[in-house]
Amino acid sequence: MSQPSISKSMTFGESGLAVVFAVTAFLCVIASAKALDAPFAFHAALSAAASLAAVFFIVNRYFERPAALPAQEINGRPNYSMGPIKFSAFMAMFWGIAGFLVGLIIASQLAWPALNFDLPWISFGRLRPLHTSAVIFAFGGNVLIATSFYVVQKSCRARLAGDLAPWFVVLGYNFFILIAGTGYLLGVTQSKEYAEPEWYADLWLTIVWVVYLLVFLATIFKRKEPHIFVANWFYLAFIVTIAVLHLGNNPALPVSVFGSKSYVAWGGIQDAMFQWWYGHNAVGFFLTAGFLAIMYYFIPKRAERPIYSYRLSIIHFWALIFLYIWAGPHHLHYTALPDWTQTLGMTFSIMLWMPSWGGMINGLMTLSGAWDKLRTDPVLRMLVVSVAFYGMSTFEGPMMSIKVVNSLSHYTDWTIGHVHSGALGWVGFVSFGALYCLVPWAWNRKGLYSLKLVNWHFWVATLGIVLYISAMWVSGILQGLMWRAYTSLGFLEYSFIETVEAMHPFYIIRAAGGGLFLIGSLIMAYNLWMTVRVGEQEVQMPVALQPAE
Amino acid sequence: MSFWTRHQIFEKNSIILIVGILLVVAVGGLVEITPLFYLKSTIEKVDGVRPYTPLELAGRNVYVREGCYLCHSQMVRPLRDEVERYGHFSLAAESMYDHPFQWGSKRTGPDLARVGAKYSDEWHVTHLANPRAIVPQSVMPGYPFLSKAEIDPDAIAGDMRTLRTVGVPYSDEQLANAAADLKAQADPDNAGTDAFTKRYAKAVVRNFDGKTGTPTEMDALVAYLQMLGTLVDFKIYNEKANLR
Repeated sequence: MSQPSISKSMTFGESGLAVVFAVTAFLCVIASAKALDAPFAFHAALSAAASLAAVFFIVNRYFERPAALPAQEINGRPNYSMGPIKFSAFMAMFWGIAGFLVGLIIASQLAWPALNFDLPWISFGRLRPLHTSAVIFAFGGNVLIATSFYVVQKSCRARLAGDLAPWFVVLGYNFFILIAGTGYLLGVTQSKEYAEPEWYADLWLTIVWVVYLLVFLATIFKRKEPHIFVANWFYLAFIVTIAVLHLGNNPALPVSVFGSKSYVAWGGIQDAMFQWWYGHNAVGFFLTAGFLAIMYYFIPKRAERPIYSYRLSIIHFWALIFLYIWAGPHHLHYTALPDWTQTLGMTFSIMLWMPSWGGMINGLMTLSGAWDKLRTDPVLRMLVVSVAFYGMSTFEGPMMSIKVVNSLSHYTDWTIGHVHSGALGWVGFVSFGALYCLVPWAWNRKGLYSLKLVNWHFWVATLGIVLYISAMWVSGILQGLMWRAYTSLGFLEYSFIETVEAMHPFYIIRAAGGGLFLIGSLIMAYNLWMTVRVGEQEVQMPVALQPAE
Repeated sequence: MSFWTRHQIFEKNSIILIVGILLVVAVGGLVEITPLFYLKSTIEKVDGVRPYTPLELAGRNVYVREGCYLCHSQMVRPLRDEVERYGHFSLAAESMYDHPFQWGSKRTGPDLARVGAKYSDEWHVTHLANPRAIVPQSVMPGYPFLSKAEIDPDAIAGDMRTLRTVGVPYSDEQLANAAADLKAQADPDNAGTDAFTKRYAKAVVRNFDGKTGTPTEMDALVAYLQMLGTLVDFKIYNEKANLR
């Protein structure tokens, strides 16, 4: 252990956080001992271990570090903080592969139900939330945290605010994922789609999220640029609105503070409305606004062109966030939700088509004068195709929100196909493109290990998406039509199980598509790993660079 | 000053930007959600809907835990084919005590809003343990482990008390007898069955899993499935009274 110099002392953050975690570890040990159910005991023990690890990490880091905290600037250049970004980028890749793999497993379970093995912890009902949370919140969330921490530093020309705080955000967030994911396997769920984690995981996420907002905001405060860059508006809208949605959808009363079970405060129709206000805007603000921020930074950077229209991005921003929040009731068409709410939801969903395509146009037209790069740069191609998928699914969405169309599509695989054209095509590809840019930048490499492998990834994954979404279109529309088919004598033509049987070939095609998508991500992981391990170091430029905005 | 120059106030001040975002995203939610709490027409006036019995509630918790809602909806839409396939379309009142709601969003399997009393207990027990024993083309997972998992009758009162706090009208009497009621519903020979059925209208007392001893999760889940959609008597339900 290095001898600390005389002037070296713990910062308030270091000592405070170490004490807080020590107390937390103590409380978690008590909670684990008094737990009413096994999953809660396990999670409390896990939290105790993590808290102790945090104390060790903080103290050890203190002894290892020099007396002075990292400088804000070195030779007039901002001293960017890359550690948390690297960690989040790595975790994104890890959770991405895990999430795609679980997706492939549950797709196979629907084709071959014997794969459930009659075991509780790997049955479809428990793995499905694991899949959705792993891809949306673990993969997508880590991509968003990594890119937002990168973009906010670069576009503000300021070092990330806080010393331990960014580490608290990335580690705390991934610990939330761990608690949520293991909880699903153990049957801990509040059964609200995309908001399944129980009360204690929700509370922890709230703390992490508030710190995330503060770190992001404090970095903006330190900016050297007069204007806040457009990508940061979208990141802010994403962070703030997700906090509002999380708090609105999840107020729950635990049966006991030593047990995992809780009951949500809302019931019946109000709970349904809260849930889909949350659910659709998890799409709108997590999977759209956050990733649009990526589009607004990474596409101009990669194409080396300015954003097509600044004014369009202003309209895009306000119109998108205003209209999106109304769209939730389209998940509840023809249900017991009052008609006036359904009609409002449908109307705003259709209007939402306009800002969505405004944003798509802004992204695509940024390529003006640089279209030739699509031929030579597969990373840019991935980013651009993601925007094309965004355009496609934001046309399909408003169409499906029309009540007549919805009466056919709702409850069928068409919805699953729609979600995946957005999730695989838009969110997946824009994330891949961003990671392909971000990893060489964050690790200070000249470029990727292999562009050829990116090309392979692109085509394998695209083929997978095409198989996936076309299989789901056919099976969804087929099943919807079979449910409402009548014989000439006026009887329902098909029993329910006949419609299930008809799905079988499409479930196999879907699983094959998902398998290809997974293979693509494995190619990517190898490529990124090799980029970090054997990639050539980029030589530092001696003069300060202006960030392109 | 043009609109574009005025907009700079948001671009140069992060707090104003955040306040702007919060105001803009608040509108939709406030307009769509708040009235659902006070408009009287939102939930129909119907006779018969009551809170779940202790055993049904335990079964509902199994339903939630196993993620049944991911493949089964509980919401019959007022469309001709659905009403003919499943029964009367679902009323808001029928799920008013559901915390959380279980309407679902996907029908990989059929809707269950009115599955109660359609099949025998034995059918359910066999089907849950091995769906393909009854429906060879089914893709549903098997749940044989439910028959082995006993339910702790003393734990359910805590759940009911929590539900009462969030608005489910359990009476003091129902809370006091929760453990006894849980056992009584699964055991027709139990001395407490009469008192139990007085506390919960239309509740069915049967040995759902066919085995003696402490009620299992199988008992509970089947008890829950068998009451779904049975509380409202649609022969006397006045649709016109609830036009909205």
